[in-house]
Amino acid sequence: MTTTVNPAENDSAEAPVYPMERASKCPFDPPPVQQAMLDQDSPLAKIRLFDDSTHWLVTRYADQRTLLSDDRLSVDISKPGYPHESVQSKDAAEGGTLSFATIDDPEHARLRRMVTAPFTIKRIEAMRPAVQRITDELIDDLLAGPKPADLVDAFALPLPSLVISELLGVPYDRHEFFQDHSKTFISRTSTDEERMGAVTELATYLGGLIVEKMKDPGDDLLSQIAHERVAAGELSVPEAIQMAVLLLIAGHETTANMIALSTVALLENPDQLQALRETDDPKAVSAAVEELLRYLTIAHNGRRQVALEDIEHDGAIIRAGEGVIMASDSANRDPRVFADPDKLDLSRDARQHMAFGFGVHQCLGQPLARMELQVVFSTLFKRIPTLRLAVASDELPFKYDGIVYGVHKLPVTW
Amino acid sequence: MKVTIDQDKCVASGQCVTAALDVFDQRDEDGIVVLLDANPPAHLADDVRQAAAVCPALAIIIEE
Ligand code: HEM
Ligand code: SF4
Repeated sequence: MTTTVNPAENDSAEAPVYPMERASKCPFDPPPVQQAMLDQDSPLAKIRLFDDSTHWLVTRYADQRTLLSDDRLSVDISKPGYPHESVQSKDAAEGGTLSFATIDDPEHARLRRMVTAPFTIKRIEAMRPAVQRITDELIDDLLAGPKPADLVDAFALPLPSLVISELLGVPYDRHEFFQDHSKTFISRTSTDEERMGAVTELATYLGGLIVEKMKDPGDDLLSQIAHERVAAGELSVPEAIQMAVLLLIAGHETTANMIALSTVALLENPDQLQALRETDDPKAVSAAVEELLRYLTIAHNGRRQVALEDIEHDGAIIRAGEGVIMASDSANRDPRVFADPDKLDLSRDARQHMAFGFGVHQCLGQPLARMELQVVFSTLFKRIPTLRLAVASDELPFKYDGIVYGVHKLPVTW
Repeated sequence: MKVTIDQDKCVASGQCVTAALDVFDQRDEDGIVVLLDANPPAHLADDVRQAAAVCPALAIIIEE
């Protein structure tokens, strides 16, 4: 492959469109054309995005680890050449302020460290009983309601929303308000206007809450931000609101999709499910969760960056200003790292997966996400042993074009 | 085995604590890594290697 040509000047028609299509009978597997790139000679493959711009796709695990640790690549969405996900994300980059997910170090590190305290392993473990209670209550309600039921609506979406409310310190009587607006924000049937409206309502509410907590702090994340950062003048109230909204959005749909899609994968692999249902070993549950994260890689649209300088990598050159997309789903199915990668094997050691990304932007919420998934998958099938799909699996509406992969609806019965 | 950490690089992911609880901890105020044992015993060597392998910030260095 010629690597010295700027892809923007190249004939882009031959480059496959990214994101690519999954095979119709394999909803859990990455797109076959993308998987084939794991075996090509060059670490880089040229792809084309929705706006006809061309960028590099990196599929192999080892190449991604190296490049995601390279500070000559930037996550700043306002930089020219950045490989955007959609028209909306491109417009947002031109207009809006940036969250720390799209800012480079050292500013990223400064902002991220302001909200890391509640995510330590110790603090997250202390939340486990609350998450268990929320999980049990949602299952009580599910069992008391009609069947079939939509597991997305009745369980997968409310659970992380209630947990984040708890973490941020949203009072109990506002949980429903909080949940309704988050749902509007992520629903595919919402219009852009409704979405904007929902975020504005949430932001206004969170702003009021932050001001309240400056006067009367509790033991929660918003109090900590209000008390330690806003009061000290390190963050303005709008910046604090933006962080709270980032946490809410980053932690809601991801965890919800992981719960629903894992449930489908387990129901489709009954022998694996049986082993999980029967175990009381927290280590086995934790290994199962890591494997589900690897196998499903729900953040399936790649980690996206733009080169600040020319970068030589394994005989190929990424020019300054060129976009690079790391396909985490392919890295997690790279046979050089995971034997028999297309098999869901809950007993394998999958801990080095890249479902949470890699590098300094690796998911901040991962200890929380892991704990939530461990609680869910050591509870759900024990409490509802006969849980099963209420439709044929090929009728499930998979989120092929979603920013996060999952199912729109999951009709189940028991 | 000798372990060193780089607190400036650490992004508080907590992965090392999960991998090797007896060797790594996190500061309460910001989740940044704290080294509990710079010369971990042989039976913890695999866990420490695992911690270094999953550290997203490459903040854990091991000399065997
Ligand atoms: C299973 C659930 C989740 C998955 C699969 C997931 C996945 C990811 C991925 C792939 C990234 C990008 C990493 C990169 O660019 O290298 C990320 C970043 C992030 N996630 Fe998550 N996430 C999950 C849950 C959560 C939760 C529960 C929270 C918080 C409550 C959260 C907060 C964040 C934040 C704040 C970032 C930006 C970090 C930074 O830029 O420094 N995530 N997540
Ligand atoms: S694994 Fe690395 S980044 Fe995460 S807490 Fe430990 S040292 Fe810090």
